[in-house]
Amino acid sequence: MSCGPPRKIRILLPPHLRGLAHISGELLLEVAGVPTVRSVLDALEATYPMLQGTIRDHVTQQRRPFLRFFACAEDLSHESPDTPLPDAVISGKEPLLILGAIAGG
Amino acid sequence: MVGTRKGAFILSSDGKREKWDVSGPHFAGWEIYHMKGSSANPNRIYASQTSGWFGQIIQRSDDGGKTWTQPGTPPGEATTAPGGTPKGESNKFVYDTSAESGKPLTTHQWYDGTQHPWEFKRVWHLEPSPTEPDTVYAGVEDAAIFRSKDGGKSWHELSGLRGHGTGPKWQPGAGGMCLHTIILDPANPNRIYIAISAAGAFRTDDGGKTWKPINKGLYSQYIPNPTEEVGHCVHRVAMNKSRPNVLFMQKHWDVMRSDDAGDNWKEVSGNLPTDFGFVIDVHAHEPETIYVVPIKSDGEHYVHEGKLRVYRSRTGGNEWEALTKGLPQKDCYVNVLRDAMAVDSLDKCGIYFGTTGGQVYVSPDAGDNWAPIVRDLPAVLSVEVQTLS
Repeated sequence: MSCGPPRKIRILLPPHLRGLAHISGELLLEVAGVPTVRSVLDALEATYPMLQGTIRDHVTQQRRPFLRFFACAEDLSHESPDTPLPDAVISGKEPLLILGAIAGG
Repeated sequence: MVGTRKGAFILSSDGKREKWDVSGPHFAGWEIYHMKGSSANPNRIYASQTSGWFGQIIQRSDDGGKTWTQPGTPPGEATTAPGGTPKGESNKFVYDTSAESGKPLTTHQWYDGTQHPWEFKRVWHLEPSPTEPDTVYAGVEDAAIFRSKDGGKSWHELSGLRGHGTGPKWQPGAGGMCLHTIILDPANPNRIYIAISAAGAFRTDDGGKTWKPINKGLYSQYIPNPTEEVGHCVHRVAMNKSRPNVLFMQKHWDVMRSDDAGDNWKEVSGNLPTDFGFVIDVHAHEPETIYVVPIKSDGEHYVHEGKLRVYRSRTGGNEWEALTKGLPQKDCYVNVLRDAMAVDSLDKCGIYFGTTGGQVYVSPDAGDNWAPIVRDLPAVLSVEVQTLS
């Protein structure tokens, strides 16, 4: 996989964060370099600064405990954030899902 | 202004306080721990919006609650200044561990007696400056106090509180290790009181640089030394602005009073049916008239005997009367949480409180008569009043 030109990645946020960012539906974000969870979140937070700290910790950059990253019917939450996203996400066929875990009320 | 488990509501009325308009939910689905207006600019309201999933958000309104913004960098703008310095982000609360703070502090006592790192969880209380609309203080969990001087865009810890020496002995109460009370002395801008569960009350006399515990006279059976300097589960402290040296406290158990700015406390529970509780407040114009809502016990967080009763003392404590007119007197098992009582400043002082059952009650006559404003909100976390001219 080469760095190549910026890719447009489809992202689906949970409703609470869509409300916070004042967006509706799916996002299409341009991501430079190899699209990974980290580079997608970097691009997302640069475009929507109000989301900083809501998906990963401000300081440690660790994923917040009750959030998950899904794509192509796989749970990517425990992968390294620098692992390239699946080809179907990079090609735009599938979105990267960021969702709240089913816990609490 | 009512903060609940699932959003914020703004209840508005005229001076009669009989008919109310209800707007909301604002920030639907989020926990709103606290909202408070600036007395220096009544249109400026700060809100703490939080979630176990998504963390802490600070919201600000500059039009009396009609519209809200996060006071950080707007969408589309760079998050760093031209020199590369990160711009302030309103939801960023980072504990000060710098050498300059004197005593960088990274741990406190955990439930099992070991030391545990300080971890930011949420903002429990926002206290706007009475003179500067852009200055606001935040009491947070894990316990610390932060200040913003730019309208909530960026936050900096007043780290002398955690660093003064007793910090490693603080431990979480059942609700977490939260700094839930901030009182700015109206007569002395350098004096601030705060309270922490379960550490106690603290005071600074130099604008937040240095702090000291003010817990002499508190007696807590649930700590090994009941008169320890820190470790007391203080639930709420209240003051009448006309007498800033007189403080009233609802501790886990015990209602307390100090006449010397917290240096010494004495118990004033008197004839209360139970002296466990969370809220305490003071009449706006009668500094010896105070209000509590007794809760059955620390194991049974609901009102005593199934009756929702506010107790009023007109003698600064010890002698209490039950206020019941308009409040349910059977089969009631709600709680009133620590930030969920407030008073207005109208001639006939209005008293307000919200319950974990979602009711918000008002008394327009200092407690003699009560009526529900709303009955079916989500569990109420906080109630604040703005008296607009």
